[in-house]
Amino acid sequence: MGRSNVFDLLGPIMVGPSSSHTAGAVRLGEMARKILGEEPLEGTISLHGSFAKTGKGHGTDLALIAGLLGMAPDDEQIPEAIKLAKERGLNFSFKIADLGDVHPNTVNFELRGKTGSHAQVVGSSIGGGTIVIREINGFQVEIRGDYPTLVILHQDLPGLVAQVTLLLATAQINIARMLVSREKRGAQALMVLEIDEKIDDGVLVLMRRLPNVFQVLAIAPLE
Amino acid sequence: MRTYEDWVIEAEARGLKISEVVYQNEMESLQQSEQELFQRMLKNLNVMRESVAVGLSGERRSLSGLVGGDAAKVEARRKTGESLLGKQLSGLIARALAVAEVNACMGRIVAAPTAGSCGVIPAVLLTVEETRQISERELLLALFSAAGLGMIIAERANVSGAEGGCQAEIGSAAAMAAAAAVELAGGTPRQTADAAAIAMKSMLGLVCDPVGGLVEVPCVKRNATGATIALAAAEMALSGVKSAIPIDEVIDAMGEIGRQMPCALKETAQGGLAVTPTGRRIQADFL
Repeated sequence: MGRSNVFDLLGPIMVGPSSSHTAGAVRLGEMARKILGEEPLEGTISLHGSFAKTGKGHGTDLALIAGLLGMAPDDEQIPEAIKLAKERGLNFSFKIADLGDVHPNTVNFELRGKTGSHAQVVGSSIGGGTIVIREINGFQVEIRGDYPTLVILHQDLPGLVAQVTLLLATAQINIARMLVSREKRGAQALMVLEIDEKIDDGVLVLMRRLPNVFQVLAIAPLE
Repeated sequence: MRTYEDWVIEAEARGLKISEVVYQNEMESLQQSEQELFQRMLKNLNVMRESVAVGLSGERRSLSGLVGGDAAKVEARRKTGESLLGKQLSGLIARALAVAEVNACMGRIVAAPTAGSCGVIPAVLLTVEETRQISERELLLALFSAAGLGMIIAERANVSGAEGGCQAEIGSAAAMAAAAAVELAGGTPRQTADAAAIAMKSMLGLVCDPVGGLVEVPCVKRNATGATIALAAAEMALSGVKSAIPIDEVIDAMGEIGRQMPCALKETAQGGLAVTPTGRRIQADFL
């Protein structure tokens, strides 16, 4: 484990029984919802490893759905999440899957939102309620939800990173961590930027207008 | 990598408590004021108090039905005055069981450092509070010193049963609680290090073998025994007993033992108590 702060060690305030299988699972659901960018209407949730084996007794299923509904890990309605989802007419199904060489507490979400948007998200709960998003729509990423995060889908071309970071520099926004990946040279690529300050809507508009930028997602940090 | 020893030296040199060194560092790295940090910690303290109260009422049962109601039993016996351990230690045990039961029953707790070990720190600190004149600020400071040690443990080893066994969860909680109890009782920074080392040494090698993989058996009761180890270690350190092995080296040993521990004994429910005939039967009945 890397450097932590006092509230990682005393906290989170959460509904039990497991920081990894319950609180972490709520956070994974929350992040998947943020990445989809709207309320998910339906989805398939694939559980891997320990999530699949011991999830039931930890309320992992309840926790993942609670997160998809927008609840935080300390919400005392988590035990009611599946019932609440049904009442809202949302349709989620679970299956057990082997997601390969990943952390034992890993989940794959396939989500469809109210306006028809799609997202595929893989995330792991790596202990003490800490999570990391490993994959978005097939791209490898590493997002912990502790910073405001920009996820930018774009064409793999020289100078695009510079154009994005120039917009951030002009807005006086500092980058904490950054990761770029691509399908292959010259194809679609993904940029993940974790930044120190919340980004202004105006900057997002400018970013979305950049040529060869297909999608810009601004994800607020978790509580 | 940071060491606890550096904080002890800094605290001694500046005439501060460990907790003061910790929260001053955190103001810097989190870019938050003293007031903001103490407000956040107060939320933790309030939830700790609430989870003790809910657990002692004994009304909830866990998803499997295995857990619930034991804290209330210990509390009832304590009130009769018949307790073998006296009022203070039986109260400690009741509180640790209470919080761990609330957790197993999907109630609200503070992970300290994890949910599985959430009963140790509140039980120890609220028990010390019961027997001494202690201000809320002192309690909050003690929580900062507990969390500070936890940060060192997380950096040098880990606080996850899946990585390091129970020694990494309840062992870490006991060490954090022991250090905090020493500070709360007026001990020196050096004594907090000794208490933490003694507590953690007492739990080295403890495996994570929960029945059915649930945070219930043996986790809930281990919170109570972990809390008693923490107070025993604090008592020794406050008396001037030293740990031959310094805390940072004990933490490193804990990390190493965790790496050497077979996977079957690290939260996979494939060894230890989980595979006893009764453990298997419970698992089959529920899952």
